[in-house]
Amino acid sequence: MTTYEPVIGLEIHAELRTHSKMFCGCSADYASAPEPNTLICPVCTGLPGAMPVVNQKAIEQAILVGLALNCTINPTNAFARKNYFYPDLPKGYQISQYEHPLASHGWLEVLEDSEAGPQRIGVTRAHLEEDTAKLAHHGDHALVDFNRAGVPLLEIVSEPDMHTVEAALDYATKVRAILRTLGVNSGDMEKGVLRFEANVSVRPVGSTALNTRTEIKNLNSFRALARATAYEIERQAHLIESGGTVIQQTMGWDEAHGVTVAQRGKEEAHDYRYFPEPDLTPLEIDAARVDAARAALPELPVARTQRFVKDYALTPKEARLLNSETALADYFEAAVQAAMSPARTVNHWIAGELLRSVNEKGLDLEALPVPPGRLAALVDLVTGGTINANTGREVLGEMFASGKTPETIVAEKNLSQVSDQDALLVVVTQILADNPGEVAKYLAGKETVFQWLMGQVARATRGKADPKVTRELLEQALANKKHP
Amino acid sequence: MDPTRLTVREAHDLLVRRQLSSLELTRAALARAHALDEKLHAFVTFSDELALEQARRADERLARGDSVGPLTGIPFAAKDCLSTRGVRTTCSSKILENYVPPYNATVVDRLDEAGAVLIGKHNMDEFGMGSSCENSAFFPTRNPWDLERVPGGSSGGSAAAVAAGLGAFALGEDTGGSIRMPAGFCNVTGLKPTYGRVPRYGLIALVSSFDSIGPLGREVEDCAAVLQAIAGRDPRDATSLDAPVPDYLAGMQKPVKGLRLGIPKEYFAAGIQPGVEAALRAAIRQFEGLGMEIHEVSLPHTRYALAVYYLLLFAEASANLARFDGVRFGLAAGQGAENVIDLFLQTRREGFGPEVKRRIMLGAYVLSAGYYDAYYLKAQKVRTLLRQDFAAAFGQVDALLAPVCPTTAFKLGEKLDDPLTMYLSDIHVVATNPAGVPALSLPCGFADGLPVGMQLIGPQLSEDRLFQIGHAYQAATDWHTLRPPIDGGAA
Amino acid sequence: MAEPKPKAAGSIDTEMVKHVASLVRLGLDEDEARRFSGQFAEILDYFRLLNAVDTEDVPPASEQPAVRNVTRPDEVRPSLPRDEFLSNVPHAEGPFVRVPNVFDEE
Repeated sequence: MTTYEPVIGLEIHAELRTHSKMFCGCSADYASAPEPNTLICPVCTGLPGAMPVVNQKAIEQAILVGLALNCTINPTNAFARKNYFYPDLPKGYQISQYEHPLASHGWLEVLEDSEAGPQRIGVTRAHLEEDTAKLAHHGDHALVDFNRAGVPLLEIVSEPDMHTVEAALDYATKVRAILRTLGVNSGDMEKGVLRFEANVSVRPVGSTALNTRTEIKNLNSFRALARATAYEIERQAHLIESGGTVIQQTMGWDEAHGVTVAQRGKEEAHDYRYFPEPDLTPLEIDAARVDAARAALPELPVARTQRFVKDYALTPKEARLLNSETALADYFEAAVQAAMSPARTVNHWIAGELLRSVNEKGLDLEALPVPPGRLAALVDLVTGGTINANTGREVLGEMFASGKTPETIVAEKNLSQVSDQDALLVVVTQILADNPGEVAKYLAGKETVFQWLMGQVARATRGKADPKVTRELLEQALANKKHP
Repeated sequence: MDPTRLTVREAHDLLVRRQLSSLELTRAALARAHALDEKLHAFVTFSDELALEQARRADERLARGDSVGPLTGIPFAAKDCLSTRGVRTTCSSKILENYVPPYNATVVDRLDEAGAVLIGKHNMDEFGMGSSCENSAFFPTRNPWDLERVPGGSSGGSAAAVAAGLGAFALGEDTGGSIRMPAGFCNVTGLKPTYGRVPRYGLIALVSSFDSIGPLGREVEDCAAVLQAIAGRDPRDATSLDAPVPDYLAGMQKPVKGLRLGIPKEYFAAGIQPGVEAALRAAIRQFEGLGMEIHEVSLPHTRYALAVYYLLLFAEASANLARFDGVRFGLAAGQGAENVIDLFLQTRREGFGPEVKRRIMLGAYVLSAGYYDAYYLKAQKVRTLLRQDFAAAFGQVDALLAPVCPTTAFKLGEKLDDPLTMYLSDIHVVATNPAGVPALSLPCGFADGLPVGMQLIGPQLSEDRLFQIGHAYQAATDWHTLRPPIDGGAA
Repeated sequence: MAEPKPKAAGSIDTEMVKHVASLVRLGLDEDEARRFSGQFAEILDYFRLLNAVDTEDVPPASEQPAVRNVTRPDEVRPSLPRDEFLSNVPHAEGPFVRVPNVFDEE
């Protein structure tokens, strides 16, 4: 039985956050449009005689993305017509870039924390084009809204350099974080502003051939990306093993059934008949302009990760996790600013408890009921000894549920840690007196009883006993028993 | 005085002196147009209401003396490929039979600002694909000089209308001779400007790289006045030129003595009707008489111009016509279309004529995978050589003289059987558009009772020079003053 | 359908015609396909004369336009009122444009 290696390439379509559309002055903020077909004009609805003119800002934003992906910004880029018919494509062609993309020959490192170490994934190109209208299917007909038609789209194409689903996920995560950091795309996949397409093929391990691939379109979540590529890899491997051949085709992902499905309709290979767009001029971007753009780049995730390691004494892995999502890195820094506790401790709470709650409840990091300042306050309460870690976890849960501050919750529920030596000594003494058998076991050498005794103290104090003080007192008391 | 016989200049003089009103002028033009169009079929749509409203506004302006220009109050019509807000625009195609644009082409706006009065839309070959106006989906326009003959194409309606005095000037469009050849067949003056000189926003595109909007009129001066109003950069057309627009009328009166006129030998090779050649030779002597130097020049790649032109036309037109799909405007056929592909197939099957279909398919062919290099790319390269031919020639001379067609107007139906034969009649006019250079078509005589046209071709942005030479010719001759015998029921 | 192979001049068959017709969404019947195929052959044959031209170091004219670097500022301009757009739409449904059943992604 041959072992097969996946070969994955990703195409990412990112809408750019400009005010107006790619080729006309209609507002590009279609998500805010209260009504369908209101952000339209002869250009973006493809009326006869209308002509496109390039949006300057889209070029600027595309240059920033290209630089962040370590691409060469080509000195000349030009547009081309990609010809095909579809009701969401007003002109019967899409204005895109073909022979002369804006950026090319870039790369991104992924899976830095894997055993094999970082992998470099090639970015073939990044080019500009226009988005299509929105099509809503209703059984025997469809309804079209042209508000989205003409919105600027940046298509980022990777080399088929990914050989695991994890690599693909990490690459996609990192590209998304870059787009969010640059402020050119919200990364909101549910809203469709960021879309993935995966090209998948398999080959026997050790081979360097590129076999027939399928294209899985319109993956609109990381989950879909992971599941669809994994499924497709399996499907192709099994197909080949059983003597079949992979057909080049476009697939969709059926989330409900967990399978990829060949798209219905004509199977002819696409002949887009590309030719240079005669209504637009070539665009020249000189070195000075590229340098200026580079100087204007904000701190990108890679650089920010390095700074977190340096400034906050985090491990590279910890820093990378925080930077996998821009909002998370922002949250962390804001919390560190507000806290008196060390950054490492803050990170411990964020990467652990906070993230767990956020993921479980499916919350939006940018709109949490627990803003960074409050988390900082919580961490400080624990570090300062007011409450212990267990209590802290409880309080955090309550903060999510009620939206109250940690101080309020601690006060209301009287959760302050009992650190008073005298008070605790009373409890410790009582516990030992109540459990002579266990004490005897401990003194006879059964060390595990110690934890059990600690637990009893915790129970007796309803979890408020300061574990550190308890431990000291318990150790002392037991030592006294050994050597009265 | 019959107001419909006035040139733009003559009408303007009377208007500013308040001896004539725009309303009178417009009413006369409309009346004559409605009457004669029964025979001529130059118009697809009349816009009487709009015209009268514009005429009234023009009269108010004239009364106030408020930024009055040469075109204020002057009636005209536009080829039906120019978008006119609220006025049906069809490209003489069934697929746009009921399309009413919600916006004006930039040139239409500019003429509106200048105070001109739109009386209607002219018939053309469907989507500009043709050289005779016989490919209109509605009806063929007739040549006012002989109603059994074609007016030329694709701006056939515009040329016929101006010749017959239905409007003082026309706005046409030239992709590969479409202004010049019908101007020649109908004995009017027409200009194909430098590509990019006049903005294309609102022009229903045929060949985006070649399409040039231009004026047709009774004389050079009229064409100059129109170009003055419509030329200049438009931020909505990325290909429109930034170059400043000169005062065309100012430079026109300069004498042409000492200017050099080139006669491209390839344009006078065999195959020209003897009467046409004779008229051209007479014109050359005329220019000599005006003090111009005559030189023979060569445009060595001329024999490839037709192939370059048509190949690139097919390619770009096939893409430009893809938007006609029955979804957002125009004809939507196949009432019972089960799916959207059926909608596309039926709509385009019913809506496009055979010539349009032919060209769209050939366009897809020459662009398709495996053929792009051999056809499209090759044609773009030879196009560069055509440009170089003109540039080299203009290093030696100031303008070129050539026929606009090897023959005079042919009979309706004569060339319809074989598309290639029709394409070959474009041989004199197709090289200029791929090269982007301007050309002015002028009446220069008659052959067997039918008008003969000639063209002056100049380097990029030399319209003022072409006007100068053309004006000098028209000052010394009167071919352009002759009118077709269309009044009084003559067949 | 397999990608069409370059044909020798004069042999553009009806299959080829049907293929390009479908590329540009033109419905043709058998008769029309046959008629067009004859005309195509003649026209495409005419284009072969371009092969005689040496274009070894000649750049395509499409890469040398007269104008370069035209863009527009990122400013929002008024849109077309929806009712003006819908007035030309053959089948509107409320504020939407309606089309019959759509199958595959292109």
